[in-house]
Amino acid sequence: MTNPTPFPSGSIGTVTGTTVVVRGDDIDTDRIIPARFLKCVTFEALGPAVFADDRAELAADPAGQHPFDRPEHQGAAILLVNRNFGCGSSREHAPQALMRWGIRAVVGESFAEIFHGNCLALGIPCLVAGHDQMLAIQAAAAAAPAEGFRLEVAGACLSGAGQHWDLELAAGPRQMLASGQWDATGQLVANAEALQATVQRLPYLQGFTSI
Amino acid sequence: MADSNGSNAVSAGTLYDKVWDLHRVAELPGGASQLFIGLHLIHEVTSPQAFAGLRDLGLSVRHPERTVATVDHIVPTTSQARPFADPLAEEMLVTLEANCAEHGITLHGLGSGRQGIVHVIAPELGLTQPGMTVACGDSHTSTHGAFGAIAFGIGTSQVRDVLASQSLAMGKLKVRRIWVDGALQSGVYAKDLVLHVIRTLGVKGGVGYAYEFAGPAIDALSMEERMTLCNMAIEGGARCGYVNPDQITFDYLQGRPFAPSGEAWERAVAWWSSLASGPDAVFDDEVRFDAAAIAPTVTWGITPGQGIGVDETVPTLEQTEADERPLAEEAYRYMDLQPGTPIAGTPVDVCFIGSCTNGRLSDLQAAAAVAKGRHVAPGIKAFVVPGSEQVAAAAEAAGLDALFREAGFEWREPGCSMCLAMNPDRLEGRQISASSSNRNFKGRQGSASGRTLLMSPAMVAAAAVTGRVSDVRTLLNA
Repeated sequence: MTNPTPFPSGSIGTVTGTTVVVRGDDIDTDRIIPARFLKCVTFEALGPAVFADDRAELAADPAGQHPFDRPEHQGAAILLVNRNFGCGSSREHAPQALMRWGIRAVVGESFAEIFHGNCLALGIPCLVAGHDQMLAIQAAAAAAPAEGFRLEVAGACLSGAGQHWDLELAAGPRQMLASGQWDATGQLVANAEALQATVQRLPYLQGFTSI
Repeated sequence: MADSNGSNAVSAGTLYDKVWDLHRVAELPGGASQLFIGLHLIHEVTSPQAFAGLRDLGLSVRHPERTVATVDHIVPTTSQARPFADPLAEEMLVTLEANCAEHGITLHGLGSGRQGIVHVIAPELGLTQPGMTVACGDSHTSTHGAFGAIAFGIGTSQVRDVLASQSLAMGKLKVRRIWVDGALQSGVYAKDLVLHVIRTLGVKGGVGYAYEFAGPAIDALSMEERMTLCNMAIEGGARCGYVNPDQITFDYLQGRPFAPSGEAWERAVAWWSSLASGPDAVFDDEVRFDAAAIAPTVTWGITPGQGIGVDETVPTLEQTEADERPLAEEAYRYMDLQPGTPIAGTPVDVCFIGSCTNGRLSDLQAAAAVAKGRHVAPGIKAFVVPGSEQVAAAAEAAGLDALFREAGFEWREPGCSMCLAMNPDRLEGRQISASSSNRNFKGRQGSASGRTLLMSPAMVAAAAVTGRVSDVRTLLNA
């Protein structure tokens, strides 16, 4: 099942919805979307394949299904993770799969840089919590899976289950998301003169004569 | 651990600073910097959606002459006859061919003599040069930092941005200098060095940093060894890694098809030389290593940071930092390796030599030196996948294909192969591989329960001929 809410667009002020906790450090993008699902020329079908192998591994586990398979987490919008989430491959298929499953924001202890940048390019905020704080958030969320949480981008905070946590979001991404300028393409293309000036001063584009 | 010499003189800066400043186009209203990309490399997996996005926005490719394409991830390594047996793979290749034709982008396709893994061909064609910014929709783009380029992996939306504008919205990284004294022992390679660095600093230690590799041990490395080193900077969390350009860099580049020539060559060398981090460059952090203390290194777990010397034992929980214990326990379960037992002697099923980390000629030569006069152990599947058509041709000219075949290895066609299982090369069930690739993540090599031991190509060859993890130094000295 996937979240029917529209994909992010424009200013990202708040994200509201239920939560899903995926515990563990160093969860890599091969686990978020195994490579065999990358054999595609569109991202459209990736939502149901998110965490495919981890989910299959846990399907028969007496300890219980993967969080993404549990009924109480269907429709969840806020993903709660630990350290170095999204490390490894640069595949944007990973945040695309999460987004198409329904995730609209991620809170974690830290994020791999390429993954973080890919999320930003899709309008998915990744906010950072301290270690103890993250464990507290995950515990509160896990205890109240039906509870709606509210994440505020400009204020960099999360509230839910009667609690409130101040989080971190660097000024750059915060401004980009809040202003709706997280999709950089238009800004990059608009700077045509400055791009041309850069070409003119790069020695390797000028036969090494402009040194 | 900031490395400052206390001088108040104006810093000449690090290579990273100089290249960043030169390529900075503008500050964007959103808060990021706009960075010009000197060389954009694309392949069949992360580009189709980028071209589709470009089409949706009604944009064209701004500098088609600054983008270069090849095919690597999905190509089979047994038969590369078209159409491929896998219709999805064929569709991806057809899509890349159509996009390159439509936008006037050079594609080094199968049979061109120049096809191969994107991070192998760009250096060998002389496309990658010092002082460039290099981007590609592949995390191992850090490889190109070996030339003193600032090179990093990007996602597909960013591939679209580079196609549209030849630039990216980026934040500047800090720079950590990884200083390596001494010299690597015989039988110890750049792969062991980088696995040792990642083991020490961790897979998240480099987040927020570029890694500058420097010091006597780095100065002594060949270009191919430097590529191996920078290739895995990303496995340590550093989005890019680089080595300052020097005579070894220039000697490698001279005469390559896309390298400057004639009078431009002299001017290029002068400029490239000026880019190296100066003696007064200030680093945000510095960590020192002694190359002589590094043993052949093997991973035992499910991240590239879970590595040990081949003469060590799988660490126990007590030997593991408290916050790394959950991951260690997960690794024990997945790998079915017992804490406290030696890694040497671990039986393997499949031996893979290749990848953008270790699929170059010197890698194959190092493996061949071990395989020569020996034979793959019974029941072991062992195969060698050259990183490019040029590597294959050079290896075949030197007789390495025959040497490997006589030793019981399969000799394949170029591609990414079993590094990532987007093609027919994959582990089956719980097979365990000795692999010269870069990632031992759960499921990485194509089986959801398959297991990967990362090591140097020479160590893979040693595992192939003995059937188990073995210290290559004992074979080289035999």
